[in-house]
Amino acid sequence: MDIFRALKSYYWQDKGFLWGSVVGLAIATALGLVYPLLLRTLIDDMIIPSEYSGVLGLSLAAVGIIFVKAGFQYVHGFSGGRLGNRLAYRLRNGCYEKLQQLSFSYYDTARTGDLMSRLTADIEGIRNFIGFGFAQLLNTAFLLLFGFTMMFFIDWKLTLMILAIIPVLGFVAIRFEQNIHPVFRSIRSAVGRLTVRVQENITGVRTVKSFAREPFEINKFVKENTDYRDNHLQLAGVWAKYFPMIEFIANLSVAALLLVGGWRVIDNTLTLGDLVALTGMLGLIVAPLWTLGFQINNYTQSKASGERLLELLNQPIAVKNNSKALVLDNNEVKGHIRYEDVSFRYTNRDDLPSALLGFNLNAPAGSVIGFLGGTGSGKSTAVGLLLRTYDVGEGSLTLDGIDVRHIELASLRSQTAIVFQESFLFSTTIKENISYGFPNATSEEIEEAARLAQAEGFIRELPLGYDTIVGERGMGLSGGQKQRIAIARALLSKPKILILDDATSALDMETEHEIQMAIRQVMAGRTVFMIAHRISTLRRADEIVVLERGHTIQRGTHDKLVRQPGLYRETYRIQYADRPEELDAQVDASTKASERRVTG
Amino acid sequence: MSRQFVYQDDELIEKPFNWKQIGRLFAFAKPYQTSITRVVFVMTVFGMMSRLAIPFLMSMAIDRAIHPEDGKGSVSLLVTLVVIMLAMYGMRWWAQRYTIQQTNEIGQKVIFDLRAALFKHIQSLSFRFFDKRPAGSVLVRVTNDVNSLQDMFTNGVINSAIDIVQLVGITIILLVMEPKLGIAIMITVPVMFLVSSALRKKIRMAWQVVRIKQSRINAHLNESIQGIRVTQAFAQEKENIGFFDRMNTSNIRSWNLASALNQLFGPVIEITSAIGTLILLLYGTYLIQSGVMTVGVLVAFITYVGSFWEPITRLGNMYSQLLISMSSAERIFEFMDEKPAVPEKEKAGKLPELRGDVRLENVTFGYEKDRPALKGIDLDIKAGLSVALVGHTGSGKSTIVNLLCRFYDTVEGRVLLDGIDVRDVTIESLRSQIGIVLQDTFIFSGSIRDNIRYGRPGASDADVEAAARSVRAHDFIADLPNGYDTEVEERGNALSVGQRQLLSFARALLANPRILVLDEATASIDTETELRIQEALATLLQGRTSFIVAHRLSTIRHADRIVVLDHGEIVDQGNHEELMKRPGHYRNLVDAQYRFLSA
Repeated sequence: MDIFRALKSYYWQDKGFLWGSVVGLAIATALGLVYPLLLRTLIDDMIIPSEYSGVLGLSLAAVGIIFVKAGFQYVHGFSGGRLGNRLAYRLRNGCYEKLQQLSFSYYDTARTGDLMSRLTADIEGIRNFIGFGFAQLLNTAFLLLFGFTMMFFIDWKLTLMILAIIPVLGFVAIRFEQNIHPVFRSIRSAVGRLTVRVQENITGVRTVKSFAREPFEINKFVKENTDYRDNHLQLAGVWAKYFPMIEFIANLSVAALLLVGGWRVIDNTLTLGDLVALTGMLGLIVAPLWTLGFQINNYTQSKASGERLLELLNQPIAVKNNSKALVLDNNEVKGHIRYEDVSFRYTNRDDLPSALLGFNLNAPAGSVIGFLGGTGSGKSTAVGLLLRTYDVGEGSLTLDGIDVRHIELASLRSQTAIVFQESFLFSTTIKENISYGFPNATSEEIEEAARLAQAEGFIRELPLGYDTIVGERGMGLSGGQKQRIAIARALLSKPKILILDDATSALDMETEHEIQMAIRQVMAGRTVFMIAHRISTLRRADEIVVLERGHTIQRGTHDKLVRQPGLYRETYRIQYADRPEELDAQVDASTKASERRVTG
Repeated sequence: MSRQFVYQDDELIEKPFNWKQIGRLFAFAKPYQTSITRVVFVMTVFGMMSRLAIPFLMSMAIDRAIHPEDGKGSVSLLVTLVVIMLAMYGMRWWAQRYTIQQTNEIGQKVIFDLRAALFKHIQSLSFRFFDKRPAGSVLVRVTNDVNSLQDMFTNGVINSAIDIVQLVGITIILLVMEPKLGIAIMITVPVMFLVSSALRKKIRMAWQVVRIKQSRINAHLNESIQGIRVTQAFAQEKENIGFFDRMNTSNIRSWNLASALNQLFGPVIEITSAIGTLILLLYGTYLIQSGVMTVGVLVAFITYVGSFWEPITRLGNMYSQLLISMSSAERIFEFMDEKPAVPEKEKAGKLPELRGDVRLENVTFGYEKDRPALKGIDLDIKAGLSVALVGHTGSGKSTIVNLLCRFYDTVEGRVLLDGIDVRDVTIESLRSQIGIVLQDTFIFSGSIRDNIRYGRPGASDADVEAAARSVRAHDFIADLPNGYDTEVEERGNALSVGQRQLLSFARALLANPRILVLDEATASIDTETELRIQEALATLLQGRTSFIVAHRLSTIRHADRIVVLDHGEIVDQGNHEELMKRPGHYRNLVDAQYRFLSA
């Protein structure tokens, strides 16, 4: 119950509905038990002594009870529904807000599918249990208590005999639950595997078809499909074993009651009406007993769901505003960035060495800084720290002299714009995608941004132009087109600081060059960080930082770096190997230029 | 109105009952006809008989053994009747066990067949099909839509048959036991039917609204999780929370309505059944009073009438379920009716082992009507040559290789391999002789070894390693925690773009195709990997006809033939030296690349 206590704040304000659900069901159940009593009166006090005057009253009473019972049933259903819905609403909002706040480090390891299932299936589980399951579980207890008490008052000896069957039934019901539980679990995993298999096949369909491996894929699929079927058959097996057995045991009690009770009616130690009433009540009590196993199962499952939700809701947020967080004044921000001895290590990845070690950089407002390095060299980490996607481990990182950790997150991020390596578009129009973050942008501003990002041409060619809906469910765009929209999005706000994290990789060199020119124009006097693998992208930077495994191995301008042996020059040679003359001329020219500077 | 996010909905129209689709759906159950007949027989004869006999036996026990009119009860008759009851209960145990097992077996087999047929059909469809649809929508059909038919096939159909038999059985028994009372009770049936079907229609509509809103929420959740980095970078968390709250509120409102209606169903049915109870008690007692009927019969009637409403409710539910299943069935059949855009000829033969001559004759093609991607292309490539296809995005480079592999069919003209039209041979034999390295390497979940082996399933471990060595992939694989047995998956970012590319080279090399098609990646690759890829390429191209959609100058330079494309037409071709000598597209292109360097 700890789990449900922890979740109290999500449903306790609706405790009226909770009581409505529980009390409504309890009263409805109790009224249900009155019906067999009325039958007893009808038989013993009216039919047998042939006293028919009260029949009409009794019948109307029966109908009245049915009406009242239906009313309370509705009170239970309505309250339970509302209770569950409000709970689901609050939980879903709560989880969503949490998801918005959690930092990048959480998403590095989180899986979309897992989060989705928490926000859907797990919330559903809690909704059902708090709304209905809880009341039903209580109700089964009430029913047993009321039912047997009433039976006990009619005839205690017969009732004791019947009670003997309860432990047997309870035992079987629990065995049933124990057997079915693991099957449910393996069904869930079979469903998961089947989904993954199909998903992989569809996303990789081009590779499958290229190698003409459809038959192989079909075999793989049939294996999972068979597994899925067999798991369901196993479930049916458990079901087939227990369900009829439980019903048989319950029926056995009815037969026993009829035999012993009938005998006693013959012996005149019991009235016929009592027997009919007892039989009726037994039927009412036994029916929900076999669902006890299910109710227990429901309870355990929703407890597990609650645990998963609480885990998400209680997840610490790695990067948050500190209590005296500064809000930057838009007009005051210059864009001077300084890293001093910055080190960083991913806390959730102990197996990895530090991602960044003793990193230093002084980027005055208006400078362009380039980053070069292989996978895992620390370049994305370095720029991420600026946006506070992670917080600096050691050292300090300042913007216009203010430690970024003391700046309010939203305020910091509204000064910066980043284009990620993998461009992400939302399911909405191109226009909305470009103005994401700036809902008040005018059409002119949007089109201007698209023009700068070299996206204007292809957008105009789309059937609906800027109003074309893109994203997962929308129009398919190529990687290069998506990148250009993402760049337009970043340029729209004319940010003080622009970060391009390998953002032009899917573009051909000519387009990239045009974009570079545009960026230079827009970003005059502003600060630009760019990560790239192409020398042509980096060469005009004011300072280029070459990173390897978190260490800064080289830094300087293009002209300086081409003259140094090292990764930069090597990269340069590979990319321009086709034109050795060009390469040598470049190196010569810069060497001469610097010689001149030295001598002059 | 701001269109912050836009999610397309399914339609909210209740489809008319479509008999044709029911027919197609039930055709999947046809192979199991005999088993179905057997189950229905067992359940109706043994299951139903045992169930309906019990109240009858009880009434006999009351009227003949416990409370006979002569007042002399008979213990021996009571024992006999109870023993018969026990036998009936036993029979019911067995019959139920059999039915549950069999119905599930049949249902699961039907679902298995349906899903397998759908999946196989999807595998046979062409690129054109996949171009139009997001992966998610295909996935949902194979999983959720098929699953939603599961309940109908396992429990629905057979249980409905049993319910109908039960209704008929109870009706007959009631009419036979006491015709007057039986008829009186039956009057309530139409009332019950009208009330419940009117209510149910409302409920169904309400749930449909909920489902649509729910799927909108799911779409948004999925997207907001995947795009969270962009959201946070642009500080849009508050706006998103506001949007979600509106979505969530509107969803809960429809939930409230639907669940309020839904919860009404039970009580309404109960109140309607009160009419039956009133008739039963008043008229039943009157009949006893007039000596027409016995107490035992009244007790039996109460039990029978109690189990009369249950099948009616279930059948109504079944009907609602069927309507929902129909929309799933419709979506499934929509896919089943898709024809492959590149159909195989009936008499298609196997493509003989190729030398590797490739010819395109006057090829015209467009992905969409009126927007030609290729216009009258003629190209003649001798076996063993390497061809670089050069041009801007949209110039038709990739289209040429797509036609070569027959991912699409030409609109006009022919594609010939060793003089054989690609449309005359089986697709399997064609593609197994052409190796393709796509721009994005797809990694299947499994070991690195399995991924390389994807090109040739029978290859030995030694062959796999040899292939990896030849394309310089061995070193990085050996550095992985479990070497060739390291488990990888598509979403796992354990491998860099360059490493993936090397893997796909190994895959292609192992398949040892006569013709190689390479869609060169533009994506970022670090220097070290870049070097390896250059070396690997040389190995890969040796002795094969190859087509390279090229971006890197180094690849283009060394090609035997460079084909320059512009807006779907060949504007120039020749080798690097030839093309550099004359002014034109190619020289501009090469110059441009260096211009950026000195710009």
